[in-house]
Amino acid sequence: MAIDIKQLLPVFFEESFEALENMERDLLALEPGAPDDEAINAIFRAAHSIKGSSGTFGFAVVSEYTHVLETLLDLIRDGKRGISAADVDALLESVDVLREMLQAVQDDQPVDAARTGASMKRLEGLLAADPGTAARPTAPTAAVADAPAGPSNDPAIEGWRIVFKPHPHLLRTGNEPLRLIRELADLGPCEVVCDIAELPALDSLDAEEVFLSWVLHLRAPVERALIDDVFAWVEDDCDFAIVALVSESAAEPSPGELSPPPEATPVAAVPSAPAVSAEPAEAAPRERRAASTDAGSIRVAIDKIDDLINKVGELVITQSMLGQFRDGFDASQLTRLQDGLAQLERNTRELQESVMQIRMLPISFSFNRFPRLVRDLCQKLGKQVELKMTGEHTELDKTVLEKIGDPLVHLVRNALDHGLELPEVRAAAGKPEAGLLHLDARHQGGNIVIEVRDDGAGLNRDRILKRAIERGLVGESDLLTDDQVNHLIFAPGFSTAESVSDVSGRGVGMDVVRRNIEEVGGSVEVRSRQGHGSTITIRLPLTLAILDGQLVRVGREVYVVPIVSILESLQVRSSSVSAVAGRTELYKLRDDYVPIVRLDALFGVRGDSQRLEEGLLVMVEGDGAKAGLFVDELLSQQQVVIKSLETNFRRVPGLSGATILGDGTVAMILDVAALVRRARPQGAPSAEPMAA
Amino acid sequence: MANILAVDDSASMRQMVSFTLKGAGHAVVEAADGAQALEIAKKRGVDLVVTDVNMPKMDGISLIKELRALPTYKFTPILMLTTESGAAKKQEGKAAGATGWIVKPFDPDQLVATIKKVLG
Repeated sequence: MAIDIKQLLPVFFEESFEALENMERDLLALEPGAPDDEAINAIFRAAHSIKGSSGTFGFAVVSEYTHVLETLLDLIRDGKRGISAADVDALLESVDVLREMLQAVQDDQPVDAARTGASMKRLEGLLAADPGTAARPTAPTAAVADAPAGPSNDPAIEGWRIVFKPHPHLLRTGNEPLRLIRELADLGPCEVVCDIAELPALDSLDAEEVFLSWVLHLRAPVERALIDDVFAWVEDDCDFAIVALVSESAAEPSPGELSPPPEATPVAAVPSAPAVSAEPAEAAPRERRAASTDAGSIRVAIDKIDDLINKVGELVITQSMLGQFRDGFDASQLTRLQDGLAQLERNTRELQESVMQIRMLPISFSFNRFPRLVRDLCQKLGKQVELKMTGEHTELDKTVLEKIGDPLVHLVRNALDHGLELPEVRAAAGKPEAGLLHLDARHQGGNIVIEVRDDGAGLNRDRILKRAIERGLVGESDLLTDDQVNHLIFAPGFSTAESVSDVSGRGVGMDVVRRNIEEVGGSVEVRSRQGHGSTITIRLPLTLAILDGQLVRVGREVYVVPIVSILESLQVRSSSVSAVAGRTELYKLRDDYVPIVRLDALFGVRGDSQRLEEGLLVMVEGDGAKAGLFVDELLSQQQVVIKSLETNFRRVPGLSGATILGDGTVAMILDVAALVRRARPQGAPSAEPMAA
Repeated sequence: MANILAVDDSASMRQMVSFTLKGAGHAVVEAADGAQALEIAKKRGVDLVVTDVNMPKMDGISLIKELRALPTYKFTPILMLTTESGAAKKQEGKAAGATGWIVKPFDPDQLVATIKKVLG
C-alpha cells in the first residue's frame, strides 16, 4: 500500500490534543452527582476517538491506556454508575497523563511508564470498586481481514460443506450472497449448488427479498475461522451450517437440518477469482506537512478565508479597471484614474486587515487552561475561589497569544497564592469565603487590555518596602507613592512570599512576566488597595507585524516612532532645559524632569540644528519612564510593516526594526524602551526609579 | 473505482480512510458527522459508506437507519468503524441495517481488502 500514514500524524496530534482540551473543559464543567448527558457523551467521544486513532496510528500504549478510560466513561454514559468528585479527579489526572503520553510519542521520547501505570491502576481501581463491572479485556480481537490464511490444523479435514440459507431481508443490509460465495471461492475450489425451491411465482415475487439458498463444497483444507470470517457480517441474517469434509468418500455427509431438497439444481460454479475493480494506484502525491512538530500551524475559520478571497476578487477587479490605462491616457480620464486609485487604496487596506485577521485567535485559547489550574490550586492551598472570565472572544495575534500564556499563568498563580486569602481569614475580614478572581480581556484603542483582578488582600506596602530596602532596590529615605511601591514587585529577584512555595515559584516571577510582555511590545501595571485586592493590567499590541508609526525627520534621515509610546510633542523653551552632571540634559515638563535624547548624536547623523529651540521634542514613554526625543520635524503618521533587523541585518541597540516607506527608502523604527533606559541618568534618582 | 463516503468526526481517522481509499483508486467524499453525511448522500449517489459510530450531532447508528430509509440506499453497503469493545454497538448497527464492520485499529491494507470484498 502506497499510503504513508506518517503524513497524517500532525493531524492526529493536533486533533488529539484538542480532544484532551475539550475533555478537560467538559470535566471541569461537570457537576458530580448530576452529570449532564451531553457533556458525558462528549467526554466519552473524545476518549473514544483518541483510542481509535492512536491504535490505528500504531501507538499501542496510548490506546491501551485510553481503553481503560473509555470503559469507565462508557459505564458512566450508560448510567451504570454515577460520577463522583473522585471520578472527576481521576479523569482529570488521566487527561494529564494522556497529554504527557502523546507529547512523549510526538517527541519520540519514551513514555513515563510508572506514571501511566499508576494512573491506569487508579482508573482500574475505580472500575473494580463497582460490583460486577470489572474492566473488559484489553486485548484487541483480530480484525476481520487480519486472520492468517493457512491450512487447517487437522490433517484429516479436506474441505467443508456449507449450507447457506439467507433470510429474505439479507439484501437490505447491503450484503450480497454472491459476494459471500465469491469470497469463499477465493479460499479454494468451490462447488456451488443453488436451491430454488422457495422461489415464488413471478407475479408474487418481491425482487427485494432473497428466496434462494445454497450448498457449497469448499474443497480446501482451510481453517474453519476463515469461513466464519466470511459469514461474520451475516450470521444473524441467515441460517448457516458448516460441516467438515473428512475424506473423499464422505462427500455426502449426513443431512443436516438445513440440507437442500433432492431436486436441487446445480448452478454454474462461481469463478474462483473475482474481478478486481482497479489496481491500487499510487497515492496521489500530497503536499507533505512539515515533519517538525513545531512547524506552527494555525486553524482559521472558513469565513475569514472566504472574506479574504472576496477581497482578492475586488482587488482583481480594480486591477483590471486600472489596466485600461496601460495603452494610453488622456486628461479626460483623470477622474476615472483617481477613482481607481482610491478603490485600490481601499482594497489594499481591507486586504491587509483581512490577512491580519487570519493570525488572530481568541484569547480563550489562553484562558481555557485556567479553570483547571484554579481548581487544582484551590485544592492544594485550601482556598475557595470563584473564577470569572469575560471577553474570551477578544482576538489577538497568535505570536502575542503564545508569549502571553506563561505570564498569565504566573499572574493567576500569584493571585491565588499571595492575593486571595484563606476562607477563615476572609470571613474574619467580613468578605465572602470564596474569593473572586476575574480575568478580563477587551479591545481598547489599538490595544488589547487583559486584566487579572482579585478581591484578596492586596499588596502589602510595608512588606514590599522592607524587602525592597533589604534588596537595595530603593534607599531607606526615598519617598515613594503607593503606585511606585506597588511597581517594585516587577523588580528582578523580588519576592515577598513568606515561604517559597511550589505554587508561585521562587521569586523569579514578576520581572520575567514584565520582560515577556514587553518583548511583544506590551506593558504591564498593577493597582492595589490593601484589603480590597489587586488588579494587574496588561496592554498588548494587536499585532506584531504592523505598527502605527509617527515619522520624524532628523537631518536627512527618517525614523519611525511607535505612536503608542508618544505622549506629546512640543517646542522647546530653553528656560526649561537644565543639565545634570554636565552631560545629561533634562527638560522640565510640568512637575517632571525628562531626559532629552539627541537622536542625531546617538545615530551619528547630521541634524538641521544643534539648538533645541529650533527643533521639536517628542515625549515618549517606555519601560515605565519618559524621555524627550529631539527631532527636526514631524512628518506624517502611517502604518508601517515591521521588518526585522535581526533577520535582515543584525541587532542594533536603540532600533527595534526597519520599514520600507512609500517612496522605497528604508526607515528605522526606534526602540523607545531602550532609548528611555539609555537616557536615564546614571545614579540620579529618576522619576520612577523602582520600575527598573 | 467506486464513490465512497467516509464519515468520522476525527479528522485524522477520516483522512486516513480517505487517503487510503483514494490510493486504491476510489473517489472519496468526507463528512464529519452523520448529519453532514446524510446531506451528502442525499445530494449525490455513493456506492459505499464507511462510518464511525460515535459522532456528535448524528451518530453512526442513526445515520445507517436514515440511509436505509431512503430508496436509493436500500441495498448500498454501509460499513461501521467499531472498536473491539463495541460488541453491543455491532449488534445495534446490524439491526439498523449495517452491512458489516471494520474493527479499529486497522491498517490501510486491511481497509482496502475489506472494501474490495464488499464491492465485489
